[in-house]
This record gives sequence, C-alpha cells and structure tokens, in this order.
Amino acid sequence: MTVPVAELRSLLRELLSELTPTVVICALILACVILVVLFAPLIAPYGEGEILTNDSFALQGSEGKARPGSTLLLGGDFLGRDILSRLVYGARVTLSVALAISLLAFLLGTTVGFLAAAIRGRADAVLSRIVDALISFPSIMIALIVVTSLGSTFTVLIITVALIDATRVFRVARALAMNIIVQDYIEAARVRGEGLGWVMWQEVLPNVLGPLAAEFGIRFTYAILFISALSFLGLGVQPPHSDLGLMVKENIQALLYASAYDDLRYALICISPALCIATVTISVNLIVDWFLKSTGASLPEEL
Amino acid sequence: MADKLLEVRDLCVAAHVQKNVLTPIVKKVSFSIETGKVVALIGESGSGKTTISLACMGYARPGCTITGGGVKLDDIEVLKLGFLERRRFRGTDVSYVAQSAAASFNAALTITRQVIETPLIKNLMSANEAMEKAVSLYHELDLPEPEAIGRRYPHQVSGGQLQRLMAAMAMICDPKLLILDEPTTALDVTTQIEVLQAFKKLIRDKHTSAIYVSHDLAVVAQVADDILVLKDGVMIEYGPAEQIINEPSQDYTRELISAAHIMPKSMPKPRPLIIQTAQNATAQPLLVVDGVTAGYGQNHQYLALHSVSVEAHVGRTIGIIGESGSGKTTLGRVISGLMGSKQGEVRLDGIPLADSIARRSRAELRSVQFAFQMADVALNPRHRIRKILGRPLKFYFNMSEGEVGHRIDEILDTVELPSYFANRFPRELSGGERQRINLARSLTAEPKLIICDEITSALDTIVAEAILKLLRELQERLKVAYVFISHDLSTIAKVADTIAVMRRGKIVEYGSTVEILTPPHHRYTELLLSSVPDLRTDWLDTIETRRAAARIAAAG
Repeated sequence: MTVPVAELRSLLRELLSELTPTVVICALILACVILVVLFAPLIAPYGEGEILTNDSFALQGSEGKARPGSTLLLGGDFLGRDILSRLVYGARVTLSVALAISLLAFLLGTTVGFLAAAIRGRADAVLSRIVDALISFPSIMIALIVVTSLGSTFTVLIITVALIDATRVFRVARALAMNIIVQDYIEAARVRGEGLGWVMWQEVLPNVLGPLAAEFGIRFTYAILFISALSFLGLGVQPPHSDLGLMVKENIQALLYASAYDDLRYALICISPALCIATVTISVNLIVDWFLKSTGASLPEEL
Repeated sequence: MADKLLEVRDLCVAAHVQKNVLTPIVKKVSFSIETGKVVALIGESGSGKTTISLACMGYARPGCTITGGGVKLDDIEVLKLGFLERRRFRGTDVSYVAQSAAASFNAALTITRQVIETPLIKNLMSANEAMEKAVSLYHELDLPEPEAIGRRYPHQVSGGQLQRLMAAMAMICDPKLLILDEPTTALDVTTQIEVLQAFKKLIRDKHTSAIYVSHDLAVVAQVADDILVLKDGVMIEYGPAEQIINEPSQDYTRELISAAHIMPKSMPKPRPLIIQTAQNATAQPLLVVDGVTAGYGQNHQYLALHSVSVEAHVGRTIGIIGESGSGKTTLGRVISGLMGSKQGEVRLDGIPLADSIARRSRAELRSVQFAFQMADVALNPRHRIRKILGRPLKFYFNMSEGEVGHRIDEILDTVELPSYFANRFPRELSGGERQRINLARSLTAEPKLIICDEITSALDTIVAEAILKLLRELQERLKVAYVFISHDLSTIAKVADTIAVMRRGKIVEYGSTVEILTPPHHRYTELLLSSVPDLRTDWLDTIETRRAAARIAAAG
C-alpha cells in the first residue's frame, strides 16, 4: 500500500492554516509534558522515593536537611520527598498507564464495534445489550470491585479500565461504522466479492479515522482522570510508585497546614499534582475540539 | 406593457473559496417578471440558478455574498432591507418551494400545523382563518381528502402530495412571488406531471408571479412564459419560452434542447437480438431471469417481485422501467446477488447463479457488475481513483502493480478521461466525471453484463446524454450487455433493445422497444408515455384528457 504523502501534507497544511493561539499553547504544553515523561530520570532533580528532609510538608524553596545542599523547589511531601521529582515520575506513571488503557480500549472497542456494525442482526443486538448493561453500572464501582478482588497491579488496572473504556469506544465505533456501511461504496465492494477484512480496513476505517482520533483524545483524558481517581481512593497505583492522583491523596493533610498556619503555600503542595492533571486534560480536550472543528469531523451525537 | 413585479439588475454573487478570496458564481444577471408571469431559470448544476433564486429573497447561502446589483420587488429594494425587514418580507411577499419536500417538513408535526405556521407567527390570520385557507388551497391543488389530509404526518402522504402541500405552505400568505426550486425533479414521472399541472393551475388562478428553477427544458417549457438560460453564472439567452424552444440563438441552448427528456423523434433502429459470435454459437440469451419472486423482511415477507422473467442478450440492452416501488431496483439486486430470491432462478450462460454473493464464484461475480445510481456515494471518498479502479484488477485478475497502472490508463481512456485523474480523489471530480469512473470500475472487471441502476437520473440532461453516448459506444466495442434500470421512458427509449415495464413488482409489458413504443399500449405503458413531456409550451394543457383516461384505466 502506498503512503498518501501528498494527501497528508495537504491535510497538515490545512490544519496549520487554522492554528489558533490557544491550540499553539496547548500543543506546547503537551510537547513539554511528553518530553518530561520520556526523560523523567534526567529531568527529575532527585529520586522518586528519596527522602530529603524529616519535616512533613516542607515549604517551596526550602533546603533538604537530610541531604545537605539539596533544594525542594516545589516543597516536600508528607515524608519529606521532593514534590517536583515526584510530579515528574508521577506524570510518567499516570500518562503511560492512561495511554496503555486507551490503546487497549481502542483496539478492542473498534474491532468489536466494527464487527457488530458489519454483521448486524442478532450478534449486534447481543453485543450492544451487553455493552448497555455494562455502561449502566457506574464505571468507578466496577473498577473498585475488580481491583479489590484481583489486587492492584498495573496489569489488572490497565486491563480493567481498558475493558470499561472499550464499551464506550465500542458504541462510538459502531455508530460511526453504521453510517459508513450503508453507503453504496460498501455495497460496491460487497458485490465485487470482497471479504469482511477488506471492507472494514480499507473501505470503512479510512472514513472514520478523523472522529476516531478525536475520540481517542477524549478517551485518553478520561483514562487519566479515572486512574487518578482510583489512585486517590487508594486502589490505583500503589506506593512507593508515584502517581498524580496518589500524590493528591498522600498530601491532602497539607490543606490542614494551610488553614492552620494561614499560609497558602502549603495548599500548593497538595494542589500541584491536581493542577498537572487539569493542565494535561484541558490541553488535550482543546486540541481535540480544534481538530474536530477544523477537519469538519464530528462524533456521533446519540452517545 | 404590464407593470414589472420583480426586477433583477446586474446581480452578482460570489463565493468564499478560501479566506479573503472571492470567486464570482453569478455574473451580472438581469431579468424581470411581470405580474402573473413565470420565469424559468434553466442550466446545469453549478450554473447559479438556485443562487439567483435565493438572492431574489435577499438571501445568500453560507459562504456566499451578494456582491452587486439590485433586486426590486414591487417598490421594495430587497437587498437594501435590514435583517428584520427581510424576515418580515420573506414568507409573505416572497415564498420558496424547495426541491425535496420530504427534507423540508418536520416529521414530528402534522402537516397543517406546518402549513399555517407562517401566518400565525406573523399574526396575519387567526388559527381558524388559516386552517380554512389551507383547506381551500388543498382543494385547489387537487389533493385527496382536502379536509383531512392536513391532520396527517409528512410520512403518511406520498412524495408528490408532499410537494403540493409544500406549495400550499408557500401560498398561504398570498405571496406576490413564488420561487420553485426544482420542485418536481425528485418525483416519479407520472407524479411529476400531476404536480406540474397543479402548480400551473395554482399560479394561473392566483395570478401569482413565479420563478421556476430546473435543469430540464422539457419541464420548464410547460410552465414558463420566459426562459433564462444560464451557464457558469452567466446569462446565455433570455427570451419568451416559445422563442427559446423554437428558435434558439445560442449553441448551448440547442444542446439543452437536444438533451431534454423527451421521446426521441424517431424510433431507434432495431438491432437483431442475437449476435452470432464464436463464443455465442448456440445463440442462447446471456442472462435469464426465470420466474423470480423476492422480497424484504424475514423469509421474503414483503414481496417486491412477483415471478418476474426477463432475458438479456450479448451486446444488447434491456431497459427496465417503472416508478419507485415497482421493484426494478430489487430486480437488479437479485441479479447481482445482493439479495436472495424466494422462487425462481437467475441463469448466466445457462448456468444457475447462486442466491448470495458468498456462494458465487469469483468468475461469476466478475461477469455481472453493478453500476450504482449515485456516483458520489458509490465511490469511497477516501480512495484515489487509482485505488478505486485498481482494486477490481487485483481482486479478479491478480495483476501486478505495473500491469494495474497500465490498465488503469487504458480504462480511463475508454471512458474518455485523462490518465492523470488516477491520482485524484472522487470529490475532485465533477458529477459526470464521477459517473464515468463509476462505469469504469464496472468495466475493469471485463464483465459480460452491467446492471446500470438509474445511472443517469442524478445527472444534468447534457451530462446524462454524454453518458448514454458512452454506454452505446462501449457496447459496440466490448459487446457487453446492459440491464438498464430507469424511471424515465425517454432515456430507456434511447438505449434499450427490449423493454420490460414494471409495476408493483410485476412485469406488465415486455417486448422489443419498437413493440412497446408503438400502439396499442398496455394501460400502464400508456400512462408512462403520456407522462413524458413534448417540447411544446402548450403540451401540458392538451394532455389532460388523454392522461385522465390512462390513469383511470391503469388504476383499474
């Protein structure tokens, strides 16, 4: 198969011509985040679990007494570990777990969704009802039950959340494919005698790639939020690993310090991981919105 | 000279192609309408006819701007009106009937509620007055059960009725000007004439002026007093209908006339049905559809075909004609294997074809190709022409990349397109070019038979004419057989050697083109024949009696 270079280039040019300042800022933020995640050990000033001071919640810029000459740029956590370093490693864990979840959810969700759209009839009805049933449970509850019973390892976390997410992807993929499958060019391929594989990968997929890419962005942000929420509840990423949601949970006491000493700098220790989560998810969302708008694609409405 | 109701002077409209770039799409168009007269705007798609008609309401579609000229209705300078004034003036002074009534009605509300909406929201009538007015309009438009029809929902009436109801909606405030945008194009031929008659009567009785937009000169000739011929946003010719039709001064107008949907003047020269060739020594028909009964739903619950039998011969064309719902498309689907049959069989070269695509051999699939009606949805928008045409070559013949490229060039040449089109996407082609690609895709399989399902119906008359010519040439050269499905008898008469007339899933008349087209006709064929307009301005008035008789006979 030839790579449609010219087409990609023209699409890119089209996209670039509609850049807005917001999108540029979001893209820069994401680029920085990706760099940080990739080169975490090089960027983090100290180790993930290294205790720099004996005090809980050292203020920003104070010196690490347990390790002379060290500075806690963004302050220390409840064990006296460097918040900045924990943030860098935490982002790495959270984002890579979220990415793994999204990839797995998409692989599963689109494959089954496309199949359901292609086969129709009873198989589709059964699959759709199963998915409806799964969606009707609060997803956090399912995750809590599964993780509690199977233990909170990365594998269990990723597979559980990916399965939950795959139900949403299934719906989107199925709805998108349904709109394509009734087109005459699909009928033309079928009357030629093409198999299901060709119809799905060559005829349907290229026509739904745009909306699917956008959906991927949205799913990715949900995965970040979901993982963070689980970690905050203590059932996600386990210590000593760092994770953005876990960091909020660990340092929630800092908020008490902030009110007791009437000093907002303590609050920042707890809030900084939350700010990281917010920055990444908002950036991804804004980019997705811009992508949808400038390509004229849209996600199915009924979901 | 009577007073001019509408005067359009030097109207210019431009479209925003890119940011800050304006491309003119209507260039200095001027015309005028006297009270009670009808002006027709005629031209191919892209000629600007709809744009002009919308500009008469002071409206430009998104992405378009009226860049110059003036529109004067009575004493109102339409283009100088403010936003609110324009809104007041639309619907009461000018009203609009769109091409697809089905898409213009809200499916969730009853019809009368939508018909009387304009006078109610503008506080022009009380609800009771508006209802009475609506019912009297239904009477004038010859709608069945005028008292009750308004209580139905849009899906409960037929397409032709809905189009008339939309005219009632447009006329309820007694507008001075009525704009009809291709109001009959989406309708069946027999219905088209009835709607046309209703419109003509209404305009005459109400003494309303109208703009009639169409691409079909034969239709326009029936209703218009003046005709304005447009091409690429430029006026080609403008004058009284009689003069345009009988003494056109421009080549383009003559081209439109020769492509109009009218019966060919002379019967096509009959060709012997059987060509003697080496492969076809036995002289049996290529394709035999033998007593096929088929339908939709579980176990063919809703029958669309009742024991239909037809034959197609090598190098010849069988025309299948019928209105929507006649089962003609179902027949094509059964032949191609897209649908199974309940009874009967389809034989190709004497060998029965399996019921479904999955159980047909690749050689059988290759022999019967299907050309779809709408080329713009039959070609994958994400595939280049190279891939669209290359895939069947690889699929059926296992050709190498190099052979495929070579063959694509040849095929593009066959359908009279340049070879650099291979690198394009379907959206970068015009409607006619896309239809050629659609045909070319069928040809790549080197089939024995092509099922052409209304392949010219969505095209402008001139483009359709070119496609028909191409079909004939290909047949001469490749000896391919066509099953040509259409609702338009004039098109079928130009291409077919044999004709099967279908109605409600049955074949009502079947024979050679000459037999079908020479009297005596079957009652239904007579109705179809009487629905094909002549290129005369008085034709519509003369046919009423003939059609009324035919309609009663066909219904009985």
